[in-house]
Amino acid sequence: MKHSTFIWFFSPTALAMILFIAFPIVSVLVQSVHAPHKAVLVEVETCTPLVGCTIETSIDQEATRELREEKPIGRFIGLEIFSDRGHLAISEVKESWSSSTNLNEFFKKLGNLPFYRAMAFTLTFTFIVTPLVVIVGFLVALNVNALHERIKGVVVFFSLLPFVITPLIGALVLFWMIDSRGVLGSAIQWIFADPNLSLKASTGLMWISLIVYGVWHAAPFAFVIFYAGLQTLPADQLEAAQIDGATRTQQVRYVVLPHLMPLVSFVALIQLMDNFRVFEPIVGFNASAHAQSLSWFIFNDLGGETRQLSSASATSVLTIIGVTILLLPVLRRTWRDFMEKAK
Amino acid sequence: MNSKLLSIVGALSITAFSAAQACEINARVSVVGNEFPAIQTVGAGAAACTGAEVSTNLTADHQKINVPGMQGNPAEYTSAIVANSSIVALMNEDVIRPLDDLVAKHGGDLQSSQLIKINGKIMAVAFMANAQHLMYRKDVLADLGISVPKTYEEMLAAAEKIRSSGKMQNPVGGAYAAGWNLAQEFNNMFLGYGGSHFEAGTANPSVNSEAGINALNMMKSLSEYMNPDFLTHDSNATNAEYRAGNIALLNMWGSRASSQTTAEGVTDAVKNGHAIAGPMTVGGGSTAASTLWWDGWTVAKNISDAEAEATFIAMMNGINPSMMNDENIRTQAVWLIDGYKPTDAAVGVFEAAKMGTTPYPMLPYMGLLHTALGAELPDFMQGKESAEQALADVEAAYVAAAKEKGYLN
Repeated sequence: MKHSTFIWFFSPTALAMILFIAFPIVSVLVQSVHAPHKAVLVEVETCTPLVGCTIETSIDQEATRELREEKPIGRFIGLEIFSDRGHLAISEVKESWSSSTNLNEFFKKLGNLPFYRAMAFTLTFTFIVTPLVVIVGFLVALNVNALHERIKGVVVFFSLLPFVITPLIGALVLFWMIDSRGVLGSAIQWIFADPNLSLKASTGLMWISLIVYGVWHAAPFAFVIFYAGLQTLPADQLEAAQIDGATRTQQVRYVVLPHLMPLVSFVALIQLMDNFRVFEPIVGFNASAHAQSLSWFIFNDLGGETRQLSSASATSVLTIIGVTILLLPVLRRTWRDFMEKAK
Repeated sequence: MNSKLLSIVGALSITAFSAAQACEINARVSVVGNEFPAIQTVGAGAAACTGAEVSTNLTADHQKINVPGMQGNPAEYTSAIVANSSIVALMNEDVIRPLDDLVAKHGGDLQSSQLIKINGKIMAVAFMANAQHLMYRKDVLADLGISVPKTYEEMLAAAEKIRSSGKMQNPVGGAYAAGWNLAQEFNNMFLGYGGSHFEAGTANPSVNSEAGINALNMMKSLSEYMNPDFLTHDSNATNAEYRAGNIALLNMWGSRASSQTTAEGVTDAVKNGHAIAGPMTVGGGSTAASTLWWDGWTVAKNISDAEAEATFIAMMNGINPSMMNDENIRTQAVWLIDGYKPTDAAVGVFEAAKMGTTPYPMLPYMGLLHTALGAELPDFMQGKESAEQALADVEAAYVAAAKEKGYLN
């Protein structure tokens, strides 16, 4: 392809990437190193119904407006927000390290800091859900592929349902089922003969519920990719293996799996990214008392009456860094394959 | 005689209503607000005006959109319906205008108690009051010979009696969902123990105090009589438990009092046994362990004077005193509107006002502390850490946020 043709061909994509990927990243980077101006506070008389008048603190709008107009983006604070308690909590971590006598105590103190607590859950979730999704998706794809043509369509449709359902709705359905008065919640209480047993009240059980939901929701995605991959597997390869006397397990191990390997990396890549940003189940399960994630922090910062834009931006930057670190091995592998092909 | 009187009242209310119908405006009106029945009534009243377009966006997510929707120039929303907590966000961002001139020109029907004055300027017009107070099952209490609890200590004793009688396993309800609700319950209890959220005149937190620890311990004791899922129960879920007859005692919002027995699926036992009382006190204190709230409307700053005037007229129509003739509307809230006669559902809120219940703090940084409480207290409620540690965490989380927002150095 000529260079000029390539540029014309590629420019719409490049433009879209700049608009939708580069600009937002630059935007959160800039916002994460700025914070709102110092508030100028005044004491004013406030009168409200049924109470009467009291003296309350309020913001001096005139003085604050001047500050804002002078520098609309806010005050530059460098990496202050990244190191505060809500994020990397540098000084708190140092303090915990020096005041702890053993590692156990240190990790316990670390778990009390929001960022590290969220990381503990997010990484556990990511590294359990991702392989399970790949395995379950692969097994379902193998089995569906072995079905008779007539019922395949129906089974494919039903296997996809968990993925089709809006994540939040799916989470809510499961949430009500595991409620102590729900179908699963009551069943578990009955099985263990303990009326106070509650999935929602125990951190461990809540994590398991979230992980089960994560696998349930994403497995169909892996399934449909692998199923499509299986359709491209040449029949003669399998036949050759059968003639060689390979068992079904050996066929899967030595023929099917190597054929699907690029798809496995693809599914793993997407799942690592998705699971690191786990969000909907935490909201749907009302699980913030037990499990938090960086995405949930962003949501919490932006909602309600607080609107901590700088904090949310800093968390976004940390999310981008986290995703990059997670994807590094997969990206390196892709890059190596690419270079080998280029040779 | 009675029927004649009724027909006269009816005729009067019809004329009053048609007078309300005659509301004429000549500029755009756009309202954003929460979605409970009383606010929907106000929105519908504003939308009845003719002459220009009136749009309303009433949603539970109103707090996420009202500030951004009023920051533009011209603002998307010409009015936001707010409460004492949420007006602070609008004041902080300077997006609402003083209403003194409009009140003088069009505010004929308003009572002086409806005017929210900040620094001598009218910033909002309140139309209803709200507070959390006791709701209980009088049949259950009467069966066991328990008198209506006046303090949280009595509530605990009553809960123990109900549980040991075998009537209910978990007789206490409360909106203890991690986040905003749990923090609000802490606020109630903390004020009841005589606590004060900030060091006077500063943004320095002071929740890590004896009152704070007492408040948390009381909440923990109460939670032992609650459904084990209490950390996921917001007001809706708590009320569902009450309506299903699973709980007998709860501290609940006055604005929900009238719908407690009218919602779908309420059992007859609950319908006949439902009763309300004022807020309780705690720890021998005299201050109610509750907070007093108002709901009202504001007018945006970044709109033309014509739009502001039209908005004011339309919103005045939304809180027209003639509405108070409608039985259904009257029971929706504790209205602050002229001509309102309290219904049975209003007893709790009026009792709260009579007891001198502390209003929810209208401070620029209260929202940050509320959020920090909601995020850090679940650890204590689950027994993962001590009350002192949880409150120290709350203060640390708040200080980090307050530094970012420029309230603390």
